[in-house]
Amino acid sequence: MSLAERAVARRGTNFELWSWYYFRISGVLLLFLALGHVYIVHILTPIEQVNYAFVAARYAKPFWRTYDLLLLLLAMSHGVNGMRLVLHDYIRSRPWRVFAYSVLYSAALIFTVLGALVIVTFQPVPE
Amino acid sequence: MQVQCKIRRYNPTQDKKPYFSVYEVRMEPTDRVLDLLNEIKWKLDGTLTYRRSCAHGVCGSDAMRINGRNRLACKVLVRDIGQKMTIEPMMGFAVLRDLVVDMEPFFEKYKAVKPYLVNDDPAPVTERLQTPEERAAYDDTTKCILCAACTTACPPFWSNPDFVGPAALVNAHRFIFDSRDKAGAERADVISGREGVWRCRTVFNCTDACPRGIQVTNVMEEVKRKLLYDRA
Repeated sequence: MSLAERAVARRGTNFELWSWYYFRISGVLLLFLALGHVYIVHILTPIEQVNYAFVAARYAKPFWRTYDLLLLLLAMSHGVNGMRLVLHDYIRSRPWRVFAYSVLYSAALIFTVLGALVIVTFQPVPE
Repeated sequence: MQVQCKIRRYNPTQDKKPYFSVYEVRMEPTDRVLDLLNEIKWKLDGTLTYRRSCAHGVCGSDAMRINGRNRLACKVLVRDIGQKMTIEPMMGFAVLRDLVVDMEPFFEKYKAVKPYLVNDDPAPVTERLQTPEERAAYDDTTKCILCAACTTACPPFWSNPDFVGPAALVNAHRFIFDSRDKAGAERADVISGREGVWRCRTVFNCTDACPRGIQVTNVMEEVKRKLLYDRA
């Protein structure tokens, strides 16, 4: 099948277009979210104050849970999308590519679910 | 000036793998690299094989990798390269012999984007008029001479030969941005797919390589923006 025929067979699929656009949008958001996180947690707050009590106090407010959840979801999807393209660029063998994608998506799923679970269900333990 | 020229040689019928031949030649600083290749072929080693035709930067036959950068051998002067020179075939295509590569996959992609005006409307009595602004929209991409210097300078293309590559996209741009053309949607099917324009990583090697000065990376971004506005 020629390139033109293959393209016509996949006509109307805009996945790569959306993936590219999503990169731009999520990248801009991450710039603010990630830098904001670094500034608040690692610069504004002295490092000896960043402990369990600090996190517990933060997570008492729904705003910071939403902030962290957004940061987690955007960072994971943005990063995984990038890795997907790197793997597509560099792995030419089909079986190896399927294997690499499986590892990538499994890891992404596990880390996203674990992270989201902690952010959503966190309950401070009284000291 | 004395030039030491290293050329990557390969004859698939004889050699197990490519190797470098080194030639010492005396050239005028204002000679072109193509003159240097001719000097070697005509006086030192007749087996050296390369493509050239017009020798004036228009036919696009003699694109090659000169000191790691894709250039037309007929458009660079020896003095601009220096006394040590390494010449290799363009990367990403099968080498047929020495500096000659198989351009068939390149032209397959070129043809896939329908690089010609498509308009089935009945022909008007006079010309299909365009404003100067409409003409300017695709002026840059009319300059392409299909030398493949941009496509074979593209790292995403080196690692993924299925990528349609900058040259085909430049020629798609030529007609997508032509107000008289009607086949934008058909071209978009080819260039918006998995191996289409989205594989571009804005490395800018293509812009550096283009012997016609086409702002190739800018062209790619214009195509992406247009696809986004038209299809999303």
